[in-house]
Amino acid sequence: MADANYPDDLCYHDQHDWARLQGEDHAVFGITWYAQDSLGEVVFYDPPEVGATVAKDSPYAEVESVKAVSEVIAPLSGEIVEVNDALADGPEKINDDPYGEGWLVRVKLSHPGEADALLDAGEYRRLLDG
Amino acid sequence: MTRYTSATPADRAQMLAAIGVDSVEELFEQVPEPLRLGRALELAPGLGEAEVFERLAALADRNADAEEQVCFLGAGMYDHYVPAIVEAITQRSEFLTPYTPYQPEISQGGLQVMFEFQTAMSELTGLPVSNAGLYEGPSSLASAAYLAIAATGRRRFVVSRGVHPHSRETLATYAEGFAASLVEVGLTDGLTDADALAQAIDGETAAVLLQSPNFLGAVEDIEALGATAKRHGALLIVAVDPITLGVLKSPGECGADIAIGEGQPLGNRLDFGGPSFGFFCASEEQIRRMPGRIAGETEDVDGRRGFVLALQTREQHIRRERATNNICTAQALNALAAMVHLAWLGRRGFRELGELLVQRTAYARQRLAAVEGVELLHEAPVAREFALCLDAPVTAVLERCAERGIAAGYPLAREYPEYPDGLLVAITERRSREQIDDLAEALGAALAAERLGEGVGAR
Amino acid sequence: MTEPLGEAPMQRERAITIYERSKEGRRAAVLPAAEVPERPLEELIPAHLLRSEPPRLPEVSEPEIVRHYNRLSRRNFDLDSGFYPLGSCTMKHNPRLNERVAALPGHARLHPAQDPRRAQGALELMWLLQESLAEICGLPHVSLQPSAGSHGELAGLLLTRAYHADRGERRTKVLAPDTSHGTNPASVTMAGYEAVKVATDERGGVQMEDLRAKIDGEVACLMLTNPNTLGLFDQNIAEIAGLIHAAGGTLYYDGANLNAVMGHSRPGDMGFDIVHVNLHKSFSQPHGGGGPGAGPIAVSARIEPFLPRPQVIRRPEPGWGQGGGLENRRGQSGGGAYFDLDFERPKSIGRLRGFQGNFGVFVRAYAYILSLGGDGLAEASETAVLNANYLKARLAEGRAGKRLPVAFARHCMHEFVLSGAPMKRELGLATLDLAKRLLDFGFHPPTVYFPLLVEEALMIEPTETETKESLDAFAEALELILAEAERNPEIARSAPHSTPVRRLDEVRAARNPVLRQPL
Repeated sequence: MADANYPDDLCYHDQHDWARLQGEDHAVFGITWYAQDSLGEVVFYDPPEVGATVAKDSPYAEVESVKAVSEVIAPLSGEIVEVNDALADGPEKINDDPYGEGWLVRVKLSHPGEADALLDAGEYRRLLDG
Repeated sequence: MTRYTSATPADRAQMLAAIGVDSVEELFEQVPEPLRLGRALELAPGLGEAEVFERLAALADRNADAEEQVCFLGAGMYDHYVPAIVEAITQRSEFLTPYTPYQPEISQGGLQVMFEFQTAMSELTGLPVSNAGLYEGPSSLASAAYLAIAATGRRRFVVSRGVHPHSRETLATYAEGFAASLVEVGLTDGLTDADALAQAIDGETAAVLLQSPNFLGAVEDIEALGATAKRHGALLIVAVDPITLGVLKSPGECGADIAIGEGQPLGNRLDFGGPSFGFFCASEEQIRRMPGRIAGETEDVDGRRGFVLALQTREQHIRRERATNNICTAQALNALAAMVHLAWLGRRGFRELGELLVQRTAYARQRLAAVEGVELLHEAPVAREFALCLDAPVTAVLERCAERGIAAGYPLAREYPEYPDGLLVAITERRSREQIDDLAEALGAALAAERLGEGVGAR
Repeated sequence: MTEPLGEAPMQRERAITIYERSKEGRRAAVLPAAEVPERPLEELIPAHLLRSEPPRLPEVSEPEIVRHYNRLSRRNFDLDSGFYPLGSCTMKHNPRLNERVAALPGHARLHPAQDPRRAQGALELMWLLQESLAEICGLPHVSLQPSAGSHGELAGLLLTRAYHADRGERRTKVLAPDTSHGTNPASVTMAGYEAVKVATDERGGVQMEDLRAKIDGEVACLMLTNPNTLGLFDQNIAEIAGLIHAAGGTLYYDGANLNAVMGHSRPGDMGFDIVHVNLHKSFSQPHGGGGPGAGPIAVSARIEPFLPRPQVIRRPEPGWGQGGGLENRRGQSGGGAYFDLDFERPKSIGRLRGFQGNFGVFVRAYAYILSLGGDGLAEASETAVLNANYLKARLAEGRAGKRLPVAFARHCMHEFVLSGAPMKRELGLATLDLAKRLLDFGFHPPTVYFPLLVEEALMIEPTETETKESLDAFAEALELILAEAERNPEIARSAPHSTPVRRLDEVRAARNPVLRQPL
């Protein structure tokens, strides 16, 4: 993706991860444009297992570029219900479409209220600038 | 200005002026006074090259090397013939003096050698992935165990007593850090006790560790022994002697998940035990857990074929505390030596060499077993090394043989107290029939002398 | 895209592997005849244990092998050919004398399991090397067993573990600065400890408040190198040693930077308990394109009982040298001392590897120490520090001074770190681009992007064996590259241009690993 962009309909974590809330208690997670840009071209995504629990602020997966490994931090807590298998053969989707085809996991939230602590797009952009 | 430096007083003056100090001493002021040594090192002053040579030659002269004593010693390192081209190539500046290939554009020589070496070791072991080498045999086994922990999440290892004692000991040392437990399975008639092995393996076993040929020279049935490991989801790790892989079934074909071993027989000198290299080959699934450097093929911006260090995200310089291993410097030059030797032997020669070893070993075993006072320690099939029992103290017999200019073999007693009179005899293509016959004669004479209670030195 | 006419000859020569040169029926080796009565293989070894198809090794003649590897060698840059200022790697000259003595049959063709009485030359050499390293490091007990620096680190941590266990303690953490080499935390994990980072202060040393906050009864060890990877001597080292010792932990020295202080300061005197020495750095063992090396360790008296087994020791056995029949070819005997492998070490952590270690490397290192002597080693360190400061001063001038400022503005020791951040901001050139353009100028670039503490880092260690002219040439090349980048940054961004291959697609290599030749 050529230019930095941070969609307004997402919530953001200061460790450069996003969450797209779905209904009452589900969400999809991924890494932001800034994260994929810092990492460089993604070569490998090591996904967690379906059924694994994730805890807010803790790492749940790893993303690798040629020269770096990055832990992916969960913005919210819950249980993994779906993993993006398409990334196994096409990890570059994380670079090309970090908010769409580059999604990482889908989670059933254990504490939906945690979303209140996340940043909105404007606050996240200010964090990057500051 | 002494050896290898060049700064003349004029150079120094210019350099100090550019830095803006009056003396080099000022540059050392950052070292607090109490920590300054304040005296000369208590080492002799430097010597000229000719004198250094004489000193090193005098030390060399006090070693009974394989030129002085016909060498039947084995136990993992062997007196093979290393062709002259190995030395010619490994002594080239371009291979001898560069660093690890972190700048691939100017390291295509070294990287391509790694790629060729990886291919060769993959072929020999029958496993799809090889790294570019580790330090040596025994620590490679420990590294394989470390991988098994990462792969299975388990920390229990079942090890055959036929695995090289140095490897078992090294594993035990590393296991303290891994918080791993080791269970040893004994030998029966020179081979791993299959029933005991099957019973020792359970759902907590990370890996089963075997060696073939084992330390006593016996060729194990890896496939059969490994079946139980598979059933319990444990990895099968096999240590092998690379020079036998032209003749013996490859560990990959036998179902091994990881094959490792001591690479010295391929292109490397004895050098009193090192440097040599260890090889590490594994199944596809283990790629991202492999230790050590791995070269991979790719293209440059203009579409030229080239090679790079691949999957560096496994390694310590990127992953740090989460690296697959801590290895940095390994044994690149020794792997090059191995590759050149393998190319020199070639597909046919490598096989022929294996067959030659088997034939000469069979002959030696038969000749020696016929000597009065000698028995075979076991009758399991062997490839290039075998174990005997003597009816006299082994050290005394070895001393008598040494006086006749023969290093007759490796005494087993220290590492295998259950074989107090055991002797391990190794054969290479340098051990001619005549030398083997001489060994038989020397052993016979030594045992006879011991029987008669004759003093050492009497012939 | 390089125009065909613009290609360098080596670029035109495409990579061909030895397997691709293979032709069925060709061979190099002629093996000896069996000489013994031959039996069918299946009679000697059961058929189900035999291999059916030989491994697919290449089939080539000897001239082809020689030509293949000679041509390959020319696609390598090497230290004998040019400047190699890699930080903390100590790429100093590799003397050929050392190769000659290592090749003496008495050393090269000696079997490691030879009776110690018949390997006295080898064991004495190892003992003498141990004694020399003990004097250089300021710690009395040395093991030569570890095969490389990181092997020495693992050994040091396992020794620490054994030391604490012997005192009935179980500790869980090891501290190391954020500037430490990656092998340090990797070794920590392999030794079963948790790696904890300690911050660096604005002067480049260990941040003392952070250290004090993190030292507690759970800390087994603190791993440092001094001077550190910024090339700076930590002046708080005595206090740091006091803190870790008061807490009952051990202090470990990563010897990668020993080249700065040989004969001037000793890690043992600084308070370190365990030191590893990289013989392939300060002691001139050639790097070999990635090894072999050796990482012997020197330890204090309280750590000695735990040293690996076997240890090389000297037994002053009277009468050994006389009449034992073991005179050398020149009729000289050992003269009253006997060198042996000591296996009786009840508290030893055990073995770290097979046999005794990389003896061939010990021969070279010992020859180097004899060649330099105490005086030469001190002079080597002094000149290493002089050369580094001189190059730093040169690079503080001109364009380098503006675009590649030094990270810490004080005298360095044997190496220094520059930051490419201004160059990146102002010229759009990353440190990587600068490194690649240096390749076109015939230099190996410095270490890049390490230590992590410095943005766009360039870590430069010239070593003592470079001439002043060599350093000047490097400074001039950087000046030229920066001037060129002001006019046309694209040249460096697409560099290198004249190397056998140009920038390689590492992403492709990582996404679709091809790690062997398909056959």
